[in-house]
Amino acid sequence: MTSILYIAATILFVGAGLLALYRIVRGPSILDRLIASDVMLTTLMLVIGADMAINGHTRSIPVMLVLSAIATFATVSVTRYVSKQDRAITGVERQPQDPLAKGDS
Amino acid sequence: MTFDDVLDLLAAVGLLLGAFLSLAAGVGLVRFPDALSRLHAATKPQILGLIFIVAAIALMSRSWSTLLALAPILVFQMLTAPISAHMVGRAGYRTGNFNADILHVDELDEVIERATRDSADGAAAPSGGASGERTDPSGAVPL
Amino acid sequence: MSDLATDGSGTAEIGEPEPVVHRELHWRIWVQLPLIVLIVLLWMLLWGTFSLFSFVTGVVVAFAVTRVFYLPPVELSGRFNPFWFAVFLGRFAFDLVVVAFQVAFQAIGPRGIRRNSVIAVDLVTRSDFIMTLTAVAISLIPGSIVVEVDRRQSILYLHLLNVGDDNAVTRTRLKVLSVERSLVRALGSMADVRDTGVLARSGPAAGIPAVHPREGAGS
Repeated sequence: MTSILYIAATILFVGAGLLALYRIVRGPSILDRLIASDVMLTTLMLVIGADMAINGHTRSIPVMLVLSAIATFATVSVTRYVSKQDRAITGVERQPQDPLAKGDS
Repeated sequence: MTFDDVLDLLAAVGLLLGAFLSLAAGVGLVRFPDALSRLHAATKPQILGLIFIVAAIALMSRSWSTLLALAPILVFQMLTAPISAHMVGRAGYRTGNFNADILHVDELDEVIERATRDSADGAAAPSGGASGERTDPSGAVPL
Repeated sequence: MSDLATDGSGTAEIGEPEPVVHRELHWRIWVQLPLIVLIVLLWMLLWGTFSLFSFVTGVVVAFAVTRVFYLPPVELSGRFNPFWFAVFLGRFAFDLVVVAFQVAFQAIGPRGIRRNSVIAVDLVTRSDFIMTLTAVAISLIPGSIVVEVDRRQSILYLHLLNVGDDNAVTRTRLKVLSVERSLVRALGSMADVRDTGVLARSGPAAGIPAVHPREGAGS
């Protein structure tokens, strides 16, 4: 049973990691890459945790702790340096006159 | 089926749910249309996934000291994830990293427009903060 | 933790007069006590032991941290209701599960994301503490991201995923206000408890107009 669990969890986590990697590579803006690398980091935390749960040890808890504590700093420090030039190249510019964007409230 | 088996089963279920939510976050990251939507996908399923995995570890090891060591992980993550989501969301809104065409209603934009109109008329902007800073001509995100 | 409440306002405090320093020093220890207790608890959790040694080092670290990384003291209301706090935690846990799966299925489901919204929610409270907690809580539970904070008028601007009609917008607005209300009942001042109660009874028609009440008042 453990091996089935092992295989299923591996497939799911590898899928998540690959999808996050795709978004990191494709962008299009630095914020997308930032969000995706955050997901990648959390996925890594979950993998470490899943390893502990499946193999029944608790040695990597400090690693998870450090990751959960420092993940925020990276995100916050990068957002400080995001500027308007980093807008997605293919993204839609904000159009004040666009009737769709106005809504009806 | 003994009590231990039940706990093992619960831990396995928690593990799979955590892995599933992690995958869902990845799928959302790829499929959602703009940066702010992707931010939603990155935050919420991941937190619950972490909770499930942490619960699985606790159920597997069944000791109080493990539980105590796991608690700070959740505390850190639950307190810091909203803050980093807010920082990214604010930067994303200010730099226009979202698709305004799929916004049903944008009440912040209305406030900003009113504020810019007011200050253009010579009156002081009605409130600082949100509206004042975003019209900053330098384009950088002030913090 | 006070990041969310303070960083929206930017230059709000410039005009305020310098507070009386002596009185500040006198009661700062009491104001900071909850923070210090939390730091000591976290320190002991990090070491995984509840011993006298970890307690003493924790107290030393807590004082060093609050002295070196000085933050403006968090103004608590001085009221704490364990019952409503437990109710809040229960609701929070339940909603967290619901919302996380909702977002997960929106990601996987065939329909994808149609329409998003950015809405303004005018909170009842004027307390930075409650506003911060509300902002942190609603980042997780009704599926919203706080994109901007107007601290002076306590308005939160939220980005909502897949909210494409006015009914859904109103529902989310009510949800945010009810999260605020349950936090106020657990931790807020009596005045806030009364005000949120009045808003909840008067209902959406009176309490939550389509545009918020203080707009254009020039506050």
